[in-house]
Amino acid sequence: MTALPERTDRKLGLVIDLDTCVGCHACVIACKGWNTQHYGAPLSDQDAYGDASGTFLNRIHSYQVEPEHGASQTIHFPKSCLHCEDAPCVTVCPTGASYKRAEDGIVLVNEDACMGCGLCAWACPYGAREVDMAAGIMKKCTLCVDRIYNENLPEADRQPACVRTCPSGARHFGDLGDPDSDVSRLVAERGGVDLMPEQNTKPVNQYLPPRPKDRLQAPEMTGDEDILAPWLAPVAEEPQGFLKWLDGALERL
Amino acid sequence: MNQPKLNLSPKVSDEIRKTTCYMCACRCGIDVHINHTAEGDKVAYIEGNRAHPVNRGVLCAKGSAGIMQHNAPSRLRAPLKRTGPRGSGEFEEISWEEAFRIAEGWLRPIRASDPSKLAFFTGRDQSQSFTSWWAQAFGTPNYAAHGGFCSVNMAAGGIYTIGGAFWEFGQPDWDRTRLFILFGVAEDHDSNPLKMGIGKLKKRGAKVVGVNPVRSGYNAVADEWYGITPGTDGLLILSLVHCLLKAGKIDLEYLRDYTDAPVLIDADPDSATHGLALLDDDGHKLVWCRDEQRARCFDAETVNPDLAGTWERDGIVHRTVFQHMVDKYLDPAYAPEAIADRVGISAGRIHALAAEIARTAFEEAIELDIPWTDFRGRRHATMKGRPVSFHAMRGISAHANGFQTCRALHMLQILIGSVETPGGFRFKPPYPKAATAHPKPHRNHQPNAPLDGPHLGFVHGPEDLALRPDGSPARIDKAFTWENPMSAHGLMHMVISNAHAGDPYRIDTLFLYMANMAWNSSMNTRGTMEMLSDTDENGDYVIPHIIYADTYSSETVAYADLVLPDTTYLERHDCISLLDRPISEAEAAADAIRWPVVETDRDVRAFQTAMIQLGARLGLPGMVKDDGTAKFADFADYMVNHERRPGVGPLMGWRGNGEGGESHGRGAPNPAQLDRYIENGGFCLAHVPEEGQFMKPWNKAYQDWAVEIGLFDKPSPYIFTLWCEPLRRFQLAAEGVGDLQPPDHLRDRIRTTMDPLPIWWDPSEGQDGAGEYDVHALTQRPMAMYHSWGTQNAWLRQIHGRNPMYLPTEIWEAEGFADGDWARIASPHGEITVPVAHMPALNHRTIWTWNAIGKRKGAWALHDNAPETDKGFLLNHLIHELLPPKKDGMRWSNSDPITGQAAWFDLKVRVEKTAPPPDLASRPGLAPQVSPVGQGPDQLRWEVK
Amino acid sequence: MHPAPSVIIFSTLSGAGFGLLIFLGLGLPAVEGRVAFVFYLIAFGLTVIGLLSSVFHLKNRKNAWRSYSQWRSSWLSREAWAAVLSLVVMGLYAAGQVFFGLTLAPLGWLGAALSLFTVYTTSMIYTQLRAVPRWNQWATPVLFLVASLAGGALLSGNATAAILLLALLGIVVLWHWWKGDRRFGEVGSTLETATRLEGRVKLWEKPHTGENYLTREMVYQIGRRHAVKLRVIAMGLMVVLPLLVLLVLGAHHVSAAVAVLSYLAGMAVQRWLFFAEAEHVVGLYYGAHGNMTANASERTPA
Repeated sequence: MTALPERTDRKLGLVIDLDTCVGCHACVIACKGWNTQHYGAPLSDQDAYGDASGTFLNRIHSYQVEPEHGASQTIHFPKSCLHCEDAPCVTVCPTGASYKRAEDGIVLVNEDACMGCGLCAWACPYGAREVDMAAGIMKKCTLCVDRIYNENLPEADRQPACVRTCPSGARHFGDLGDPDSDVSRLVAERGGVDLMPEQNTKPVNQYLPPRPKDRLQAPEMTGDEDILAPWLAPVAEEPQGFLKWLDGALERL
Repeated sequence: MNQPKLNLSPKVSDEIRKTTCYMCACRCGIDVHINHTAEGDKVAYIEGNRAHPVNRGVLCAKGSAGIMQHNAPSRLRAPLKRTGPRGSGEFEEISWEEAFRIAEGWLRPIRASDPSKLAFFTGRDQSQSFTSWWAQAFGTPNYAAHGGFCSVNMAAGGIYTIGGAFWEFGQPDWDRTRLFILFGVAEDHDSNPLKMGIGKLKKRGAKVVGVNPVRSGYNAVADEWYGITPGTDGLLILSLVHCLLKAGKIDLEYLRDYTDAPVLIDADPDSATHGLALLDDDGHKLVWCRDEQRARCFDAETVNPDLAGTWERDGIVHRTVFQHMVDKYLDPAYAPEAIADRVGISAGRIHALAAEIARTAFEEAIELDIPWTDFRGRRHATMKGRPVSFHAMRGISAHANGFQTCRALHMLQILIGSVETPGGFRFKPPYPKAATAHPKPHRNHQPNAPLDGPHLGFVHGPEDLALRPDGSPARIDKAFTWENPMSAHGLMHMVISNAHAGDPYRIDTLFLYMANMAWNSSMNTRGTMEMLSDTDENGDYVIPHIIYADTYSSETVAYADLVLPDTTYLERHDCISLLDRPISEAEAAADAIRWPVVETDRDVRAFQTAMIQLGARLGLPGMVKDDGTAKFADFADYMVNHERRPGVGPLMGWRGNGEGGESHGRGAPNPAQLDRYIENGGFCLAHVPEEGQFMKPWNKAYQDWAVEIGLFDKPSPYIFTLWCEPLRRFQLAAEGVGDLQPPDHLRDRIRTTMDPLPIWWDPSEGQDGAGEYDVHALTQRPMAMYHSWGTQNAWLRQIHGRNPMYLPTEIWEAEGFADGDWARIASPHGEITVPVAHMPALNHRTIWTWNAIGKRKGAWALHDNAPETDKGFLLNHLIHELLPPKKDGMRWSNSDPITGQAAWFDLKVRVEKTAPPPDLASRPGLAPQVSPVGQGPDQLRWEVK
Repeated sequence: MHPAPSVIIFSTLSGAGFGLLIFLGLGLPAVEGRVAFVFYLIAFGLTVIGLLSSVFHLKNRKNAWRSYSQWRSSWLSREAWAAVLSLVVMGLYAAGQVFFGLTLAPLGWLGAALSLFTVYTTSMIYTQLRAVPRWNQWATPVLFLVASLAGGALLSGNATAAILLLALLGIVVLWHWWKGDRRFGEVGSTLETATRLEGRVKLWEKPHTGENYLTREMVYQIGRRHAVKLRVIAMGLMVVLPLLVLLVLGAHHVSAAVAVLSYLAGMAVQRWLFFAEAEHVVGLYYGAHGNMTANASERTPA
């Protein structure tokens, strides 16, 4: 049934820290590996050793940002399904394959019902859905629904593969519907944001913006008082003075 | 609502086997999920091992893509014998018996006549303690791994200064550091621990500073980015030293007690020991005691060393090391204002960084309530720390001034007292270990006998050089000669050109392991290919025999006469040994194994096993029993039963088989050792006692523990050496002192570069064609690919299947570039024509691209339309192993004059816009090779049922 | 959006086919026997070929039958129902006319209404997509309906209606282009809203250096000069030439055939542009459409 649930008991999702992501693609490949072996059809690759193009459920874009002041920046930007509250991909589905789980809000594709029309991918503003060219069905991030409740996995491993593998800890998983959850607190503390709010999709996944950078400026560049200057005040102007200072300092040790 | 019922607890796999990753020098622990299928056990999924000390469960893209590497179509399937001309890729598959017979046929006569006719160089070798042992047993002096073209400056600069290095041999105190400064690191050694550490810092809100011409990767998340001009890091560091010294923001207590800053140096220019330390009769360094006003041994319990001053003794003036430093670095030539233009960073930003270091080190100083005893026998109630830490790697290392730059960085760390103190940089066992505790290089060989000792080591003066009696180089790579005296890792990048030129002598067999020398691992790639396939006037190959061992069908395979196919990392035994480059943590010694978690389905053998078998056939000492039969069946047998010293073998864990039970460190070989490792997840940890966790070089508790587990045979404390006496000894020789004298053409260079205190000079001077080539060009290793180590993995190659040259805004706009444009990039050595792209977050006079994306058609089982073979390109074509001729016509090697480290990053180029080639393929294009393994499949749907 | 031949053929042919069915259902003209057979052959031929072609667009055809399940929420499901219902109703109506000389007018009206509704559902599949601002405007259903009716009028030989509808189609298409060129800016998605990064944002590296499903399917970019040329061709073939033919040569078989063929060719070009020019906001993540907000007003050709 491709109507969206009235409400979901929980809002499971990811919080992605753009201040910490180094762009290593670990999450991309952990996702590829897990979902090739598990949940539904394997993620295939066409012309794998030629001009290859495969199915990936999580991809990292990289951007150059030129702020109003200061040096240009590079931002690595991982992106997968945002598990939107008002998921347009679900309502457009003609076969009922796409659905949003009432219990945790995860948006999934029932592969047995998908006819591969691609309309849900068109409806998604974020590029979160890809037709697998070998299986002919729509693939998307499952938030590792086959891991997060999996009793065959140790408790600590019941989280999405991308989160488990992220070396820098830039990915967090939890219930964004619970204001007291770790992820909700993180979002509140760091000013987490929705992507493309104007698309009215109400994404569950949140992005933590990069912290302000390049603040260690010389006063002549910022016009501020040089609060660091005392740290570099010379102990003496002349070499002889330096040795005198040294002698005194050694005496005091 | 009518949701489908999901099985939320599906089976994950049939079994998990825990082994060690092989994608880089991190060597993370991995959980290999295995499914039992009708065709045997298959690898289903790979993830990080949560219990493993290196990665704590996380894993990078390369590690997670291991399944694609293990199953790659480019795997070699059987030994190969060349049938076409070298470079063609035409081979026939042969049996191992035949392969061994061929190798033996070449090697046995060499060993019987002149073992130096074998040059055995291993590339990305993770078993160097084994391969060097093999080469030693064979008797050739010509052995090294790839450190010489990688990061030897970093290792040697560190070991000569602080008795350890960054690499994977040390780490910042991630839990306590408040300011972390990263120089010249892209994706290098210890990459997952670095990412984890940066993540920890971010979580705590500690500041991360990146000093790098390119703002990508770790520099992208740095709170502060210093977009430095390549090759000028040393100058920036010395300017920071200048600022801190001038402001007195230095740790005097630390300098006095744990370093050679107070050591007395002969300051009499007419003395034969000018510039060397004043020693007592037992060879101990002397300091001036403030309390007793006399020279005393530095390690006396009650000594109170003075830091600066001048004293006369026996008519000779002596000044402390620190006095020399004051004289040198207070010079206004190092003031930020004086160097700002040169390093490409404003004076204000340099001041700000110096001030931030001073503020953090001294205002946020920390003290741990851990009492400890130092090597002088003094008891301390606490451990004091300065929470400023540094890390550096290839970016500062791969310049001709890299050794001195690395030393400068360690000097900066020492000045603020942040090495081996809480919050600073910490060693990982077996480090700390002073340069003097390492072996010296050995080169004496004779027919049918092993070499007189380990090949590689640390020289301490001209008498340690590897020279023949006539003064000519003893080694084919000219390591440990006047050209680069302290080449601790050898010079793999010079082997092929020297062997081709017959300089210093001709060799018979070149034996390479896992080094893509005919492609991305050589400077002057095309020239290297020509040298490998060049023939003499008789039509014989100039390098008569080439043996190559690798797992995959690389470009270099095509140049071998005999190819020994290796297994994948999941099919083999390996040991990540404390004798070599272990996986220790600051708080524990650790080593690990690999073991065959799946069986091989090809006629291949683990390289080390093949070497043991070949060694036994050749009757090499240590590899055969007294009766001449093989001593070890395979590498696993060696790992367990080989002993380097009595009770000390490749693996430290679960030793002993007698009544005493099993213990870590020392003990007799234990037949159950590998089982114990497997039961424990593939690794072994031995914790440093709490009292020994910091101040390790001087800490009695640490030193005693190190002896107990077999790192040393006796406690070996030392003080840091700001004053590098080995450098001074070479300088002294160049000044004409002593019997061993450098050739005249090198005198000046040795005098100017081998300063015992860190200095800076412009490494790219002379490479810019009188200003014609005024742009720096670099490469970086992408985080999701490790050049040709990991074959062209089907998943990873989609991330980096082609590479543009990234240009900064200044050049982009000056040349009027637009998206989709191409450029001709020329250096004094050659030119390439490549696509360009704009990158604003880049030093304004630097261009760069990803390393080793370009591949040759026919290699790696790629299809003809693989973008790597036409869209991708190598920068290597622009770099030569020799510098352009000097005025006198001499061509010096493109290496650090001290260590011989390949100076990849001194490249200067010219950038010109050009029309895209009609076929939209980068230039130069090289002729295709025949693939000895065919081509990979079209479609992949990898699922193991 | 990738202009896939299957969807272009589908929407061009089925639009015209349903347009003809609308006119036939309304009894304009009222036909029987052999003539009816030819008319219905053309009508059903066009719609069925179109519908079959749309099935080729599916990557997993065995589940196509499930598309009838979600008529309460999905326009595509409604289209499936509407198409089948109109064909069944019009089939019965046609059978009466062809085989029994029997015209059940109310059945025809119902069939016509269903056919019109089918075209509307098709248009709503595109119109509903906020992620494709060019489609996401009220002129999209108007465009589809007018185009279908104009085609139907042409095919059914209703010359006057055809002339009026073609003229109206010209206006609607121009409006759709004019408005479409502004929709991206109106929706307001930019790389800055897509990433929420502060400062000027530019794509540096794509996630993968090659193409992927998303870039092939949704990040189709067409040169502006090329687009202008095609717009002129589309308008010429779809509206101007049929109008000229009808007005100058009058309505007879040959001129009608020329007008129909020209209309269909022009329609195909228009539909090609409908896809090719449609900018999906996901393209922003891939560095596309950077000029959509800045230069929206300049993009409509004069």
